[in-house]
Amino acid sequence: MSDTSAGTATTGDKNDERGPAPTGGEAGATAKNTAKGPDRSTDKATPSAAIADFGIDTTSQTTGEALRAYVARVRGGEFGSLPALLGLVVLLVVFSALSDSFLTLGNIANLLAQGTGTTIIAMGLVFVLLLGEIDLSAGTASGVTASVMALHLVRNGNLLSGMGTTVFYLFAAALVVAVVLALLLRVWIGAGLSAVALVIVLAGVPANPWVEMLLALCVGAAIGCITGFLVAKVGIPSFVVTLALFLAWGGVVLQFIGEGGTLGLRNDVLFAVANGNLSTAASWALFVVAAGGYAAVVLTRHFSRLRKGLVAQPTTLVAVRVGAVVVLGAAATYLLTLNRSVSNVVTISGVPYVVPIVLVLLVIGTFVLDRTRYGRHIYAVGGNKEAARRAGINVTQIRMSVFVICSSVAALGAIVYSSKVGSVDPNAGGGNTLLFAVGAAVIGGTSLFGGKGRIRDAVIGGAVLAIIQNGLGLLKQPAAVVSIVTGLVLLLAASVDALSRRRAAAAPR
Amino acid sequence: MSEPILELRGINKSFGAVHVLHDVDFTVRAGEVTALVGDNGAGKSTLVKCIAGIHPTDSGEVLFDGRQVSIHGPKDAADLGIEVVYQDLALCDNLDIVQNMFLGRERGKAGVLDEADMEQAARRTLASLSVRTVKSVRTPVAALSGGQRQTVAIAKAVLWDSKVVLLDEPTAALGVAQTRQVLDLVRRLAEQGLGVVLISHNMNDVFEVADRIACLYLGRMAAELPTKDVSHSQVVELITAGRSGDLGIARPDMAAV
Repeated sequence: MSDTSAGTATTGDKNDERGPAPTGGEAGATAKNTAKGPDRSTDKATPSAAIADFGIDTTSQTTGEALRAYVARVRGGEFGSLPALLGLVVLLVVFSALSDSFLTLGNIANLLAQGTGTTIIAMGLVFVLLLGEIDLSAGTASGVTASVMALHLVRNGNLLSGMGTTVFYLFAAALVVAVVLALLLRVWIGAGLSAVALVIVLAGVPANPWVEMLLALCVGAAIGCITGFLVAKVGIPSFVVTLALFLAWGGVVLQFIGEGGTLGLRNDVLFAVANGNLSTAASWALFVVAAGGYAAVVLTRHFSRLRKGLVAQPTTLVAVRVGAVVVLGAAATYLLTLNRSVSNVVTISGVPYVVPIVLVLLVIGTFVLDRTRYGRHIYAVGGNKEAARRAGINVTQIRMSVFVICSSVAALGAIVYSSKVGSVDPNAGGGNTLLFAVGAAVIGGTSLFGGKGRIRDAVIGGAVLAIIQNGLGLLKQPAAVVSIVTGLVLLLAASVDALSRRRAAAAPR
Repeated sequence: MSEPILELRGINKSFGAVHVLHDVDFTVRAGEVTALVGDNGAGKSTLVKCIAGIHPTDSGEVLFDGRQVSIHGPKDAADLGIEVVYQDLALCDNLDIVQNMFLGRERGKAGVLDEADMEQAARRTLASLSVRTVKSVRTPVAALSGGQRQTVAIAKAVLWDSKVVLLDEPTAALGVAQTRQVLDLVRRLAEQGLGVVLISHNMNDVFEVADRIACLYLGRMAAELPTKDVSHSQVVELITAGRSGDLGIARPDMAAV
């Protein structure tokens, strides 16, 4: 804000404006000046602080400056995850005060597992939302992957008998179509995963928990290929495509499972995904790897930037951030390794498996969006499609690929939520699943208008929603109240998004 | 007078029945600013788009550095070192200056970005252009003023060792101070040895920075002259009537056909 207006103000100062051209063009310029008369006589060389004035002095800031700059950004409308984090704190305080059982170890561990399915779907949705698109079908698509997974497990790999001949061949044909469409737009990962799904389905690979999870992921990718092609190449608005597919996939789930039926996931590995815990030693190993890795990456990068004279945050702030993550991580690990069983017969302790699952997805997603060319192009297309096209970015390919990512990640979410309940019913992924996932991403600070958002938004937003549902449930509130409160929180988050855009637009240029 | 870096000879271009460019000759010299002026519909933008490879030409030849070349697409033009800064700036608001300058041509290995290298290169480029109104190269473009955005768009074009930069009305939407800023930058580009083409409607801007003025009249090159040899009113006559005294097209009334 203030820095930009200061920037433009200096432009009026004409004599100071011109620096020397370091390439030695100054002599030529002066020669031309004499030829061109009085128009350019103001061209004076001011070698004093020409380059020093630019950028260099702002590469490092003091902690105070950095904090003030942050406050200025927030006032200017760049809230980021701040409202969601504040909301999280408020909810924790309120529910701990109102309910005795909220802040118990058992409930916290339960809460993690409850919210993970939605959170993972939201992580995939962030990619789609970054382009300003929406995938309403992610929920029921995840239901399709869950039902295929369960059917494959129950029928021990024989999907032909599980689905019936006609349905089976239609399903296989859809997978072939997905491969072809992905190859057409050269979305290699989509083509590869869809082909793997086709092989597993046609070869009748016997049931194995790891094969089931891979199959779910690959079917998700195939679904994404179809959605993405319709949006990116055919050019139907994503809202319409995914609304239609939302209904269609809901029907497919019903067809696969059968009306009134339920497919049980009777397998120890699949059950453990959402219900199992790491051993105490493994929990601490996870802490060392995660917190140590975070500290190593952040600090290495910070000092390398300082050494090269690049724009960097103050060391104090970085150290505080790393310290906070390490301390909180250690505290959480310690608490989760205590026995949280309510009976004396069994001990339940250790970090739930869902924590490393979410952490791995968070790290991969953040890396892809922040550190790779592909991620940069996603932000660019979300920010200004035309500019991205002119810069030589294959916009069609990027748009298709985010739907492939979204559906694949939604399949991972499906694995977790199916594992939580231990079965797949015809309503899997239907109902509010998708809307909660979109809500989680938006509450976390991802913009529905595209170009703004991070993977961690989904995690923060997912935590907010999980706490609301869990907390209100403990307070014995009826489903009506839970739905209304969740709706209001989402409305609040969307208002914050719209408001921040207005403030950013109104900011002085 | 320096050697021509880009030379167009006898360029013709039609859109269906409409003959937009008639045997246009146009020369861009390294280290000089060539202003391309003309009334609306004179063919300025079409000529720029032909040079940039967006429109294929019907006939005529293009010489770059003395060699005959054929430009079939924007990529060919970019490979030669021809960059265009369009009127509606092709910048992404949500990305910062470095990210915008390297958009579509990011540096790094195996798809992983090398931020340090890009930031240093961006800073070097901006410093070499003596851009001093930007506080940090990590400022998001959304927070920049119109003049600063134009600066970033121009710096983006310079970053690629380009030899010819075409600027389509870079000052059209700017205030006085910001116009000043951009014109200074245009001058500095030429001082660095680039061939600069400036399209503008503003005669003051043209007379201030241009070394040569090329005037299009209804798709024909009416005159291509050193700025010091013409007066303000002569250029205006060339733009509106295609002829001024003994300058310009012999029978401008015939050109309208």
